Amino acid sequence: MMRALGWLAALGLAAGLVMGFGVAPRELTQGNVQRIMYVHVPSVWVAYLAFAVAFVASIAYLGRRAAPADRLAHAAAEVGTLFLGITIATGSIWGKPTWGTWWTWDARLTSVSVVFVMYVGYLLLRGMVDDPERGARFAAVLGIIAALNIPLVHFSVYWWRTLHQPPSLMKPGGATMPPVILAALLVNFAALALVGAYFVARRARLLRREAELLA
Amino acid sequence: MIYARRAWAVVWKDLLVERRSKETLNALAFFSLLLLFVFQFALGPDRERLAGVLPGLLWLGFVLAGLLGLGRTFVAERENDCWEGLLLAPGDKSAIYVGKLAGNLLLMLAVEAMLLVLFAVFFNLDLAGVLPALGLVVVLGTLGLAAVGTLFAAMTANLRARELLFPVLLLPVQVPVLLATVKATEAVLAGEPLGAVAHWLQLLAAADVVYVTAGLLTFDFVLEG
Repeated sequence: MMRALGWLAALGLAAGLVMGFGVAPRELTQGNVQRIMYVHVPSVWVAYLAFAVAFVASIAYLGRRAAPADRLAHAAAEVGTLFLGITIATGSIWGKPTWGTWWTWDARLTSVSVVFVMYVGYLLLRGMVDDPERGARFAAVLGIIAALNIPLVHFSVYWWRTLHQPPSLMKPGGATMPPVILAALLVNFAALALVGAYFVARRARLLRREAELLA
Repeated sequence: MIYARRAWAVVWKDLLVERRSKETLNALAFFSLLLLFVFQFALGPDRERLAGVLPGLLWLGFVLAGLLGLGRTFVAERENDCWEGLLLAPGDKSAIYVGKLAGNLLLMLAVEAMLLVLFAVFFNLDLAGVLPALGLVVVLGTLGLAAVGTLFAAMTANLRARELLFPVLLLPVQVPVLLATVKATEAVLAGEPLGAVAHWLQLLAAADVVYVTAGLLTFDFVLEG
């Protein structure tokens, strides 16, 4: 089951590469640099999806005190942080040739990086509590607060300043990009979502085995 | 009614301890004075530059004092082995959260009032005209800071690296509150009406509601120790 998911993810990644480098055309103004978008944008979607999973799993853990929910929350938060890191790194690489700078305190860069440090804090807390049951409880509380905080971070930073490209897909009036590019984007999203799901499944299993070993 | 009395018991106990020991408030008052020195040394005597960064400095002071003050919320319970006492308290445990939060709010507001006076004296500010508007921003911001701070203080109280972990967890979560308060303070100090910063005040109010609600609902799980 997990192996099948892994192969499916690998297949998806291959298809994503073909779509991103082969099928999708070279963008006129930005050139090949624009192809980073096929990793950059799906990564942030997968990251927020993973945080949503971690949020629900955290609530489930506090309600039922079931260890699998805790392991799912832990694994999802870790994978979400990883994908958010990929988003920030690829955005930075894209920003250098396009905006002329690695980093600027624009609204979406800032809000994503704030969410990133919030979840790094979550993982730090995970690492610093010795008693696993207590660690699970505290992490669940923090996972809930962090997820509830994401909209607040988003709005406050958005009002604080904004300069980023407006979102290309999720905006009123529908997508404006050519269908080929949209298709490449969605294929890559599916691929990265599969990769994320595979990572979460593997990580949760590793956590279960660690717990069994220590028990 | 009995809920309020339980919360009040916690507030009263903490206030009494603080009145007799004066530990936290004295140290924080002195710390605030030191902060003023540090800010002055870091920025030099140039008044123009100072005026531009004043709202940020003010909230930096509040947050630094808050990190020290709020982090000590459960020190008495931990050091005197009274954690079980809290656990054994009858009824809804969130009453303890309300009590601790109210105590922290009082403590923070006292320290912030002190810092405001110090700022007014050292930097020659005339705050009298803007005091009501500034007060509203300060109370809304402090409530958000204290709501999360109280919860996280309980969480980190029994951990090895609590002094380290408490700020590391609290600061990223407080980014919306900090942005909103600094922006609103900036506008208020510039003499703008509160209507101009209504969206920031709404954000602060929303943050306060979210944080206090989350604190009330999850405190029980944190208190178990």
